[in-house]
Amino acid sequence: MQAQKTGKTKVSDYFGKLFGRQIFIPIAALLLLAIFNLIADPSFYKITYGFNSAGDPVLSGYLMTILDYGSELAILAIGMTLVTAASGGQDISVGAAIAISGSVVLRVLCGTNSRPETLQAPIIVAFLVSCVVAMLFGAFNGTLVAYFKIQPMVATLILFTAGRSIAAWINNNELPIISEPSFSYFGGFIPGIPIPTPFFIALACVLVMTLVLRFTNLGLYTQAVGINENSSRLNGLNPAFIKFLTFVILGLCVAVAALIKVSRLSSINYSVIAKDIEMDAILAVALGGNPLNGGKFNMTASILGAYVIQFLTTTLYKMNVSSDALSAYKAVVVIFLVVISAPVVRNGISDFWKKLKLKVRVKEAA
Amino acid sequence: MSKKTRNITDTNLLLTITIVVFFVMYIGAILIQGKGFLKPQTFFNILNANAALIILSCGMSLVMITGGIDISVGGVTALVSMCCAVYLDYHNGNPFTAMLIALAIGVAFGLVQGFLIAYLDIQPFIVTLAGMFFARGMTTIVNTNPFNVENQAFVALKETRIIIPGLGSINKLGKYVNAYVEIGVLVAVLVVIILFCVLRWTKLGRGFYAVGGNNQSALMLGINVKRTKFLSYLLCGILAGIGGFVYFMHVGSGSASHASGAEMNAIASSIIGGTMLTGGVGNIIGTFFGVLSLSTIQNIVSSAGLDQAWWTGITIAAMLCLFLVVQSVVMARKKRAN
Repeated sequence: MQAQKTGKTKVSDYFGKLFGRQIFIPIAALLLLAIFNLIADPSFYKITYGFNSAGDPVLSGYLMTILDYGSELAILAIGMTLVTAASGGQDISVGAAIAISGSVVLRVLCGTNSRPETLQAPIIVAFLVSCVVAMLFGAFNGTLVAYFKIQPMVATLILFTAGRSIAAWINNNELPIISEPSFSYFGGFIPGIPIPTPFFIALACVLVMTLVLRFTNLGLYTQAVGINENSSRLNGLNPAFIKFLTFVILGLCVAVAALIKVSRLSSINYSVIAKDIEMDAILAVALGGNPLNGGKFNMTASILGAYVIQFLTTTLYKMNVSSDALSAYKAVVVIFLVVISAPVVRNGISDFWKKLKLKVRVKEAA
Repeated sequence: MSKKTRNITDTNLLLTITIVVFFVMYIGAILIQGKGFLKPQTFFNILNANAALIILSCGMSLVMITGGIDISVGGVTALVSMCCAVYLDYHNGNPFTAMLIALAIGVAFGLVQGFLIAYLDIQPFIVTLAGMFFARGMTTIVNTNPFNVENQAFVALKETRIIIPGLGSINKLGKYVNAYVEIGVLVAVLVVIILFCVLRWTKLGRGFYAVGGNNQSALMLGINVKRTKFLSYLLCGILAGIGGFVYFMHVGSGSASHASGAEMNAIASSIIGGTMLTGGVGNIIGTFFGVLSLSTIQNIVSSAGLDQAWWTGITIAAMLCLFLVVQSVVMARKKRAN
């Protein structure tokens, strides 16, 4: 009897600890979605090995779609987490910035001709140029936020309004198409490797970020600035520069995501490319349990959150929800998740549990 | 020595800047573009086209004064116009019930978002983002294809024009045409006046400023912070419903892509009008002029022959950037002076 009781408390303690952990939220959401899919239609998890139109071996299936399309979201989530942690706000211009830097990639690759037979520049050069441009736009946002002290959401609203227009302007509103097959590797499959390339790119980004967080003080400094700007300044940090830096890093993430996005189509559609991705990226950060008003962050949870968002999107697509109506269902799920993870609600639930336990104990004692 | 200058509050300073900028811009437009802008009807057309935006921006300013944000207003506008359009055309309803539907949608959004933000303490950005997603998605679920409303009673209401005596102009045929405004403009002006009075002279209105200025001290002053926040979102929701109906009266059709970007325009107008996103500073009259400035710029750009869609976006963004920087510089200087 005694042993049983201690066992019980141990289990509940363990659950309590897990419930308190930040990474619990995305994992719980993932499990919920996974179980839902298992009940609704187990064929969701089927992965088939086949050959694509080019004759290369590829793995296909809904899980592969999630890995594939969740990748650019995960890459953005890395940058967005840092920005959120340092500035206590979000960058809502990432979609527009993707349009700009994708447009730059195509512009460099195509030169003046919008339907080139051969590429006018190596892909790596185009990518590097787009990195520089995206980082410049990131720096623009960063300057407004860090040095002019404008709220991040409003500062990035500027680029949000103008970004797609600038993107169209870079290519004179033409829609260049690239016929070179090697360009489509970044958003598709490298011949011989059956796993989609975006996943590897995301993996590389995550690795780089992990190393940076492990071996530099970036993580510590961002959190310090996010938690208390004044005291971090008194401790010798330069809060404005750290904020600025996070926006530049987000710019780099945007450039990588843009390369994947443009490579998928081998072309660009200025008004549709990466539409609403800023919302998804912010949701990924929120779903990761990171406080949206800055401070502590958990990179793993954010990245997991990005894939969970894509999991949700894919699940909804599979249930024949049209892409326009998708957002309504997503909103309901998001509200549900946010309400559950709200501190007020969580405290209420744990209080309720405690009371219930107390009642049971009182009864047992009686 | 200068008691008067010291008495200028943040709100009034930013308001003055906005109004001056608007008049300078309008006079500039008259000088550059010539006669078009001299006609009173050009001004009233700006009002007609932006009556809904004025109402939405008023709601937005209210929420921003309390230190929050509501980006669902554009989505609510689209949802309201689609629901009303479906009700009027497919169910042969009358416009007054449609008005009630519009109000009900607005109240529903205001209630839910206000509750989640004020009482459950969830980030306003996330809640209203979800609200926007939900409203846009629901619009396509209600009806996918855009269509024009042909309900007779509604068309009669839509075509009603209120003639402004004494402000006509002579058209190309040499005929004298009276200037007119649509019903929506009257609603918008009414909303601006009522909100201005509420914010200036009622306990509730001062509460909004207090909560936005400093949560903690508002609490110590005995203001019910949660209820005040809740009310601001509820009011914003109601105004989004009214604005949605006014928008619907102007365009007379239902479409999922209606009012796309309206939330951004509303935020931009509020900011140009001198509302600070940090809360506690703002003025409804400023917002009114903010909308006018924004739409005047749009008019100038399109009448200057730069009608490619991207120029509008870029100019609005540049203007927003300018105002934000001016605001931040003014505030920094004020802080240093204190």
